[in-house]
Amino acid sequence: MEPKTLFDKIWDSHVVRSIKGGPDVLYIDRHYIHEVTSPQAFNGLKKRGIPVFRPARTLATADHNIPTINQDQPIRDLLSRKQVEKLAENCTEHGIEFYGLNHQRNGIVHVIGPELGFTRPGMTIVCGDSHTSTHGAFGTIAFGIGTSEVEMVLATQCILQLKPKRMRITINGTLQKGVTSKDLIMYIISQISTSGATGYFVEYAGQAIRKLSMEARMTVCNMSIEMGARGGLIAPDEETLRYYKNSGAFPENFDWNQMTLQWKDLKSDPDAVFDRELEFNADLISPMITFGTNPGMGVAITESIPSIDKINGDASASFLKSLDYMGFKPGMKLLGHPVDYVFLGSCTNGRIEDLRAFANIVRGRKKAPNVTVLIVPGSKMVERQAREEGLEAILEDAGFRLREPGCSSCLAMNEDKIPPRKYAVSTSNRNFEGRQGPGARTLLASPLTAAAAAITGKITDPREFID
Amino acid sequence: MSKEKFEILESTCVPLPLQNIDTDQIVPARFLSATSREGFGENLFRDWRFDKAGNLNPQFVLNNPEFGGKILVAGKNFGSGSSREHAVWAIYDYGFRAVVSSFFADIFKNNALNNGLLPVVVPEEFLSELIDLVRKKPQTIVRIDLMNQVISIPSENRSAGFDINPYRKDCLLRGLDDIDYLLSIKDEIIAFEEKNKK
Ligand code: SF4
Repeated sequence: MEPKTLFDKIWDSHVVRSIKGGPDVLYIDRHYIHEVTSPQAFNGLKKRGIPVFRPARTLATADHNIPTINQDQPIRDLLSRKQVEKLAENCTEHGIEFYGLNHQRNGIVHVIGPELGFTRPGMTIVCGDSHTSTHGAFGTIAFGIGTSEVEMVLATQCILQLKPKRMRITINGTLQKGVTSKDLIMYIISQISTSGATGYFVEYAGQAIRKLSMEARMTVCNMSIEMGARGGLIAPDEETLRYYKNSGAFPENFDWNQMTLQWKDLKSDPDAVFDRELEFNADLISPMITFGTNPGMGVAITESIPSIDKINGDASASFLKSLDYMGFKPGMKLLGHPVDYVFLGSCTNGRIEDLRAFANIVRGRKKAPNVTVLIVPGSKMVERQAREEGLEAILEDAGFRLREPGCSSCLAMNEDKIPPRKYAVSTSNRNFEGRQGPGARTLLASPLTAAAAAITGKITDPREFID
Repeated sequence: MSKEKFEILESTCVPLPLQNIDTDQIVPARFLSATSREGFGENLFRDWRFDKAGNLNPQFVLNNPEFGGKILVAGKNFGSGSSREHAVWAIYDYGFRAVVSSFFADIFKNNALNNGLLPVVVPEEFLSELIDLVRKKPQTIVRIDLMNQVISIPSENRSAGFDINPYRKDCLLRGLDDIDYLLSIKDEIIAFEEKNKK
C-alpha cells in the first residue's frame, strides 16, 4: 500500500464521494456551533423546510458575545441576548445539546470540545470559527467554516471541500526555560508570514512537539490558521491518552485499550510524501511578542521592531500603516514599553495550564497599578479547577480577579473592550486593527509574558521571573 | 436555493491596494450580533469609512465619489483572519460582485464562492498595473468573463486568465447552491454512515 500522511488517512476515510474536477463530499463527525455564526444557518434550514440531519453530532455553546461577569443575570446588551436566546431556541427545536450561560459545561467552544471528550482522534470536525484548528492537537482534521457551510453540515452532515495540500513542520530540539508553545507558534508564523501555509493542512512533528502537553499542543494547532493554513494536526500518543484519562469525561469502565487500538494507525507512514516540509529548531526560540497588526509581525521580546530598510518595497506601506496604528516607530525597542491592559484567556491560552503558568509568576507579587487585567478562564471547568487548585486565591492575593468564561477580549464583542490607543499584552491569537476594540493596540504574547507585564506594567522578558 | 447567476461582469473598480486586509477590517466584530444576513453593507470597512465620532473619513476610497463600481481591487492576501461569512455578506450587500487580488485567504475564498461573490486571482504584475490605471483613470472599465476565465481591460488591450475550480464555476454560472447538491445525494450519505458503523 502506498504510504500516506496522517491527514490523508483521516480525509480519505471520510470521503462520501469525489466530484470530478471538483471538491470532495466529506462526512463530518463533530460539528460545534455558537451564537454568532449559526442563526443565519438555522434560518436557511427553515426557508428550505428541512430539519437538522444528525443532531447528536452537533454541540452548541454560548461563548462569543457573552459577558464575563454576573453570568447569572440576564445579558444586558439586547442584541447579544437575542443571539443567545435564538441559539437556545434553535437547539431546542432541533434537538441539539446546548450548554448556555451558567451551565457547568459552558465555555469557549474549542476549550470544551476536548474537555468533554467530544473531540476524539481520527475525527473530522468543523465549526463556524476559524480557530477550530485547535482540535487538530488530538489527531483530527478540524477546520473553520462559514455560515453557508454551517447550514450545509446541519442539513446533511457533509461539507464540500477541495482537498488541501499537505505540509509538515518538524520542530527539533527543546524549548528553553520561559519559552512556551505560544512562543513556538508565534515564532513559526513570524518566519513564514500570515500566508505562508495558505492552501495547506499542516502536520506538526518532531521532538519539541512530542514533549508538549495537550494544552500546549492545542495552542500550536489553534494558531495554524494565523499562517493561512486550513488547519493543523498532531498524531495522538501517550500524552493524548493521559489527557483523556485525567479529563473525567469518560465513564469508569471505559475501554481505553479499544480506543488506543483505534489510534494505532493514526500517524503518517514513514515514507509518506508531503507537498512541503519545513524544519525549525526549538533551542533558538525566545519569548515572542508582536509589534504590528497581524500575527506574523512578531519578534523575540528582546529584539527591536525591524527598521524600514528590512521591509521589501511592496510591503512597506502596509508596514508603516500598521506601526502608525500601534503608535510605534521602525527600529524601536519593545522591552520597557508601558502596557495598559493585560488579557489572559481565549481558546489559545485560556486553559488550566495557562492559568497555572500565569499564577506561578504572579505568586507573592503585586499587580502593577497602571494595568487593568482581565483573566478569563476558557470554560466553567477551567474556572472550577482554578478555584480548587488554589489559583484563584493566588491571583486575588496579587490583586487580580478571576472572571467567568467566554471569548471576551479576544474579539471584544462583549463589553470587555480595550479602549482606543491603549496597549494590551494579550494571550489571544489576533492583533488585527480593532480586534480587541476600536483603536485598541494588541501585543500578542504567551501567558508568561502576560504575567510579567501584569506585575511590571511594561513589556518585560518573563525569564526575569523564572529561576 | 438558487442565487443570482454570474456570467459576465463589466464595471468600473474601486482600488484598495493595502495588503493583508483581514476580515476584522472588512466587518468589525461588534457588528456581528445580527441574526439575519441582510444589511451588512452598511458596516463594510466600518472603521476605515468612519472616524471614531462617526464622521465620514474623506480619505478612504469608498468615500471618494470618483471611485465606484462592482469590482473591488485589493492588495495581496485579501480576507485573512476569521471565518466570518459576514465579511462576504458585507462586500456583496454593499454592491460588489467580484474582488480582484493576487492572493486570497482560503476560508474567505470559499465563503465568497458560496455567496456568488467571485474572487479573481491575478498575477502580481497585472494587479499593480490595474491599481495604477484605476487610480489614474477611475472610469476604466474592467470585464470579467467567468465562462472563459478571463479578466480584461478593454481600453488597454490587457487581459489575464484566472483559475477557478470547475465545480465552483458551474455552480456560479448556473446560480446553484451546494446544499441542493448535497441533499440530492442523501441516500449515498446514509449508505456511507451505515458502512462506517461496522
Ligand atoms: S476565543 Fe477568540 S478565537 Fe477563540 S473561539 Fe472565541 S473568538 Fe474565536
